[in-house]
Amino acid sequence: MSGWPGSALEGLPFGQSAQVARFEELMFGPVRLEELAEQARWETRKYFGRTMRLFAPLYLSNECVNTCQYCGFSKDNPIRRVTLKPEEVEAEARHLAGTGFRSVLLVSGEHPREVPVDYLSECVRRTVPLFPTVAIEVAPLEVEEYRPVVAAGAEGLVLYQETYDRAAYAEMHVSGPKRNFDERLLGPERGYEAGFRRIGVGVLIGLADWRKELVALAGHLSHLMRVGWRAQITLALPRLRPAAGGFQPRVAMSDRDFVRAICAYRVAFPQAGIVLSTREPKKLRNGLMELGVTMMSAGSETEPGGYTGVGKERLHRTVRGREVALEASEWERAQATEQFEISDERSAEELGMALRQRGLDPVWKDWDRALTS
Amino acid sequence: MPTEPWKIGDRTFQSRLLVGTGKFPSVSAMQSALEASGTEIVTVALRRVDLTGQKDPQADMLEEIDQEKYLVLANTSGAMNAEEAVRLARLAVAAGLPKWVKLEIHPDPRYLLPDPIETLKATEILAKEGFTILPYINADPVLAKRLEEAGAATVMPLGAPIGSNRGLETRAQIEIIIEQARVPVIVDAGLGAPSHAAAALEMGADGVLINTAIAVAEDPAAMATAFRLGVEAGRWAYESGLGPVRRVASATSPLTGFLDE
Repeated sequence: MSGWPGSALEGLPFGQSAQVARFEELMFGPVRLEELAEQARWETRKYFGRTMRLFAPLYLSNECVNTCQYCGFSKDNPIRRVTLKPEEVEAEARHLAGTGFRSVLLVSGEHPREVPVDYLSECVRRTVPLFPTVAIEVAPLEVEEYRPVVAAGAEGLVLYQETYDRAAYAEMHVSGPKRNFDERLLGPERGYEAGFRRIGVGVLIGLADWRKELVALAGHLSHLMRVGWRAQITLALPRLRPAAGGFQPRVAMSDRDFVRAICAYRVAFPQAGIVLSTREPKKLRNGLMELGVTMMSAGSETEPGGYTGVGKERLHRTVRGREVALEASEWERAQATEQFEISDERSAEELGMALRQRGLDPVWKDWDRALTS
Repeated sequence: MPTEPWKIGDRTFQSRLLVGTGKFPSVSAMQSALEASGTEIVTVALRRVDLTGQKDPQADMLEEIDQEKYLVLANTSGAMNAEEAVRLARLAVAAGLPKWVKLEIHPDPRYLLPDPIETLKATEILAKEGFTILPYINADPVLAKRLEEAGAATVMPLGAPIGSNRGLETRAQIEIIIEQARVPVIVDAGLGAPSHAAAALEMGADGVLINTAIAVAEDPAAMATAFRLGVEAGRWAYESGLGPVRRVASATSPLTGFLDE
């Protein structure tokens, strides 16, 4: 191409790199998709084998102080909210471990009072005996705040920039600490400094021109691989789905472009992990299993207490920072509101079967606590 | 006629092909590949197995390998420094594995290149504890000698980065390692085709370790057979005495012919 996406790195603290140029060429240049897919499949096999790592998210809290137009947990959405107690987190974790998972991602909205660092560390400590691998996906923290979480046993950090387009970012993040673009952008590096070994970055497709977003993400990957050379870097490209609050994605990316993007990242960054969300439908997830994706979740619930129902007696709404009781009629379907609707609803076992049918070995445990403790 | 047997530490082996157990599409594919390869030594990544003694069914790789038939070599991959590798090696022994360790310490999770400083440190510690140590190293002849002096049972220089299938890119350095070594030299990593394995054995390597090339083949068992044959061919050629390699034809002796006049 004429190099126009190069401008996608403008205003971002990432240098140009051969990998980014390669990504642009594969994504936008005259490369046949089928050939790219063939190459992507081979690169995936070489570096990750004919395997798939599986994980599950565990939501701690859907309280949030941010107003983000696309997110179900957005502060002003009148949703049913709850923050699980550490013992409830442990109950959820035990349930997930029972369904076969050995890798868990603890997720939470941003709420300094409800979800402080001490609470987060305690949740990690409770989860660690049940899972060889624990990662967190929470608001960006400072190095000194990340350290106790790492010390508690978390070794993975997931922090998506959402959008690399500063104007779209400002528009989407209406209020709250999340408005600080640069604070978030440098979060993965701070996490690396604090000792995380797996770092996941990503962009939500649907907020701004996805072509530029993809290039910016490639720039971020390339940058992190220089800065964080000891960390395993993973990437994800969740395409936005409708959420509470009525948000509709602003720009669409076709399945074809999405598949091409996965393949182009795989070939340009052969050793990067690629995570595929349950937001994507089953057919696409099946097709992508061999084309670059290395980590999948399954049987996901995206609300706190979603697996076992813990915490439901404390459900409430939060209005201007204060808890408001639910209406009597609402207790009937009392569960917290999810962050987004998932599309692929297969259980861990069903996904495992689908993987085996495609000649892929599901890998549940790929880390040992003894390495880091 | 079999090729010469060889020794690592106090054990004698016939096969010169070591096989890794990662990346296979299924347990049964792995089992048939191991069988077809004729291997006697298989490596298992400790991070993939349950070391707590609770026999986790979600991490039961060790249950699937016949330990009567194969020597299981615990692999410390995932360890980023000596301390982590030493801890893993001790845990493996506590979990009932033999006191043999494939020492693999790579701080960089992308190219998985081994850390020479941490590898030497860990070798020094584990040698004192009586481990038979097979360290994975870059093709660095000085490091190879230092490890030998520290008590390593072999050295395992890489041909190319793990999983790259690029072959013997470090050939010149490996030649020096082989020339100087007093312990077996096993070429590990990067060998993507049976011809690469044959070339390593032809040049005098004592063995090779293959994982990716077998595990990700469409038919892992058939590829394992191909590697077995490649290794045997290379070793036979080595034992039979290969002729010297000439880069130019040398039918006449224009410079020294006068000596015969």
